[in-house]
Amino acid sequence: MIDKTVASVQDAVAGIPDGATVMIGGFGRAGQPVELIDALIEQGAGDLTIVSNNAGNGDVGLGALLAARKVRKVICSFPRQADSWVFDGLYREGAIELELVPQGNLAERIRAAGAGIGGFFTPTGVGTLLAEGKETREIDGRVYALEYPIKADFALISARTADRWGNLVYRATARNFGPIMAAAATTTVVQVDEVVPLGGIDPEAVVTPGLFVNRVVAVGERPWLSDGEFVGGVDIDGRPLPHPDAVASSEDSRTEGAS
Amino acid sequence: MTTISRQELARRIADDIPSGSYVNLGIGAPTLVANYLTEDREVILHTENGLLGMGPAPEPGRVDPDLINAGKQAVTAVTGAAYFHHADSFGMMRGGHLDICVLGAFQVAGNGDLANWSTGAEGSIPAVGGAMDLAIGAKDLYVMTDLLTKQGESKLVAECTYPLTGLGCVSRVYTDHAVFDVTGDGFAVRELFGGNTIEGLRELTGLELVDATTT
Repeated sequence: MIDKTVASVQDAVAGIPDGATVMIGGFGRAGQPVELIDALIEQGAGDLTIVSNNAGNGDVGLGALLAARKVRKVICSFPRQADSWVFDGLYREGAIELELVPQGNLAERIRAAGAGIGGFFTPTGVGTLLAEGKETREIDGRVYALEYPIKADFALISARTADRWGNLVYRATARNFGPIMAAAATTTVVQVDEVVPLGGIDPEAVVTPGLFVNRVVAVGERPWLSDGEFVGGVDIDGRPLPHPDAVASSEDSRTEGAS
Repeated sequence: MTTISRQELARRIADDIPSGSYVNLGIGAPTLVANYLTEDREVILHTENGLLGMGPAPEPGRVDPDLINAGKQAVTAVTGAAYFHHADSFGMMRGGHLDICVLGAFQVAGNGDLANWSTGAEGSIPAVGGAMDLAIGAKDLYVMTDLLTKQGESKLVAECTYPLTGLGCVSRVYTDHAVFDVTGDGFAVRELFGGNTIEGLRELTGLELVDATTT
């Protein structure tokens, strides 16, 4: 019987060695597999090359992995953000290497790795600093630059739902890099809200077929969902909003404190 | 007044977006254009992180951390929306499937070159995101910008001095002073705002400008 589910996030990240290349899903915080990243920090693998769109937001998830100094190099499109202070500090002190890749080239290089493509010619970046030194070719009157695939030893991604075969369904824009990273890594590890019985996912609705997935771990439903339905009540970082009464009383107390 | 406000400019750009268009609005000022896409037109907004049919920001309490735009702000999905992964999303751009993209700019050159991702300043941390894909992908690339920098320098230039985002990709520039078409070997003034004159704009930009105003 095929059963890709594992009991814990510790089991999910077992065997990731020092020096591994690890893809981490997510666009900003959406779809970032925070529980898996926390388990990877605890597991202790270092000297990692991370492939991800961003280079961490705040002090959680990828930001925490960087802060733990477990990362040698980041391959990403958009490291500098309002809340990327961990990466910024490491970069300025020369403690981390950056390979900057235009976002569509990053996605297509990951896709190419999963699809067995040895390289491709793309118009994106031609004539810019980010295509400097790259082989170019004119095809049908347009100039393209040669890009190579990016593969990984492990991919850590998140999805909404899985079954024991590893079929995946995502949620909204949290899908982002999940499907292409799942295909591009030797070992793909997925955290999901929920594992359902085989047959619990409509075959027409499967986004990532289980063939691309090796390990699945259920981490429980996020605070803004209830039985799979969106209920809200959180901020953009997923933190529960203070209860309206609590806001009122804290404002009262601030007012009282000020008077 | 010799300039129009950013809101007025956003409204002016929205007026040029026909019903049925698939449109990507870049991070920053271009997102304002969405506020002026009136309901009598069905314009489908694309966001690079994987959504066609992006709607306005949700009410407080209805923020969904799984549903964000390219600027990582909470948005909504309109009825009829579709989600997809990143390789498909950028295939929509690179493959020329989007009709219009509106981006900000540091500089635009008369040959259509765009510089909008880096000032090349020493010690700054580079970040490019989807800028280069957006620049070369859409059928029409509109730039929305002030004509002048805070230091009073023209953003329309003979040749970009900042690092390039894309070559020969800009079709039109909407500024607070005027609307300019990129002709391939310079700029043509399409529409003047406020008290601006062709001669005045030639002085501000230091460029030979073709008069293509039609009124």
